[in-house]
Amino acid sequence: MTERSMTERSMTERPTIERPKGERSTAKPSNEAFFWLLFSAGGVVAAVLIPIQLFLFGLAFPLGWLPQPSYEHVIALARSPLARIYLFVLCSLPLFHWAHRFRFTLYDGLQVKHLNEVIFAFCYGGALLGTALAAYLLWTI
Amino acid sequence: MTDQMMADQMMTDQAARTEFHPRWYRERVSTWWWLGEWHYLKFILRELSSLSVAWFVGLTLFQLRALLHGPETYARFSARLQSPVMVAFNLIAFCFVMFHAITWFNLAPRAMPVRIGGKRVPEFLVAAPNYALWIIVSAFVGWLLLRTP
Amino acid sequence: MADKIVLEIARYAPDRDQAPSFQSFEVPLRKEWVVLDALNYIKDKVDGTLTYRWSCRMGICGSCGMMVNGEPKLTCATFLSQYGNNAKVRVEPLRYFPVVRDLVTALSDFLVKLQKVKPWLIRKDEPPLSQGEFLQTPEQLDLYKQFSMCINCTLCYSACPVVGLDQEFVGPAALALAQRYNLDSRDQGSAERLATLAHPDGIWGCTFVGECTRVCPKHVDPAGAIQQYKLTAALDWVKSFVLPRGHEETRQEAAHD
Repeated sequence: MTERSMTERSMTERPTIERPKGERSTAKPSNEAFFWLLFSAGGVVAAVLIPIQLFLFGLAFPLGWLPQPSYEHVIALARSPLARIYLFVLCSLPLFHWAHRFRFTLYDGLQVKHLNEVIFAFCYGGALLGTALAAYLLWTI
Repeated sequence: MTDQMMADQMMTDQAARTEFHPRWYRERVSTWWWLGEWHYLKFILRELSSLSVAWFVGLTLFQLRALLHGPETYARFSARLQSPVMVAFNLIAFCFVMFHAITWFNLAPRAMPVRIGGKRVPEFLVAAPNYALWIIVSAFVGWLLLRTP
Repeated sequence: MADKIVLEIARYAPDRDQAPSFQSFEVPLRKEWVVLDALNYIKDKVDGTLTYRWSCRMGICGSCGMMVNGEPKLTCATFLSQYGNNAKVRVEPLRYFPVVRDLVTALSDFLVKLQKVKPWLIRKDEPPLSQGEFLQTPEQLDLYKQFSMCINCTLCYSACPVVGLDQEFVGPAALALAQRYNLDSRDQGSAERLATLAHPDGIWGCTFVGECTRVCPKHVDPAGAIQQYKLTAALDWVKSFVLPRGHEETRQEAAHD
């Protein structure tokens, strides 16, 4: 075997990871893009809309800092068509945000990437379930 | 085998990866890697804020169900929210959701550099409209809920 | 009594050791000295077997990256005086890379990943030399200039937890350099890079920890580059659904020659 230096070899030989020419042009962008878009949309909704509602219903009303709205007032608000859409978006998109983020937290935080399919099903399945529940509740309310 | 031949061998077989070369040392990353540094911990806390987001959605779904079942059920639901355990959970969730919102608005400009007249707009100016929108929407929702019809 | 500082340096000799161990060296604390000066002092005067990479000693070659007290740093740009008199400074090889010897890491992984993203100008058409140079306005330069500042020091790889957790992850510097070429007005190779970048081991492996940007000595902001490309790739994915054939043709055109 001729003792060619590594430099010589790397200059004349192509790297072994190069793909055949035909394959390049049909390479499709990964479907991860879809989940990332959902995550981003959910993140915006969660950031803008959740704090005030969580503050009011979770802290201000129970602790008496602000007067609690009556049942009639709340249900009248919830029944309006715009509010139904608003609440549906509020319940659905943040769940997909959670699904994506939690999936990666499990991959990286607990290093359980080998449970890939299980985690995926749990996270997005959970988000779909929540979405379905929200749709049902807001349809019948 | 000479060093050069060993290195050549390394490059040819599995050239895309450095596998556990018998003579090189590769440390395993611990499951607790995120506790090793404050920056890593801050990152994981940010990611865990998504659990608070999911908590809020769960809470809201229960709230909608209570509304659906009538004033007595809703009153019981509201009373449950007053228990110390629920208040504690909601306080923690609220802190996490705020952490999410602030980190989100501060990081969003990095994904969308804005240039006006060829010059890059500083990030806090790109983040500012997000904060403004947040405040306006929150004020509106608050007004809707608090006004006496 | 002259000021001194103690360096605890990771030693590993593959023919002798199973795992790295620490060795302490006492070094004079000179006001203008950096960690690299201390290492050179040790190698010259105390232990000639200490092995490490360095070259320009001015923060441009990217050779001297090491973990200093648990932080990825260029040792030629880290002053000893910031650690105080009689302090202990821990020096280790860059994290998440295999260690060849002492403070030297194996970079072949990184170099393969770098090659994978094709960090060079890709042209569909080669205009004849008679047409002259490619012209570029300052605004066009500004689009990618920050990302071109990368010196391949791999400090960002040592900062990024995903690099440590997933050996297939392409990594911050490679992704930032790919974006540097994607944004270059002279380049026509975005489609060719797409498969490597818009891949679970490419940008989608990144969770925007942001550590890479924090430790980068040249302020490249690889995290920003990756998030920007996520948006581009996501819009590209949407387009591939909305106009599949037209999009395919454009991409085939771009890759084909």
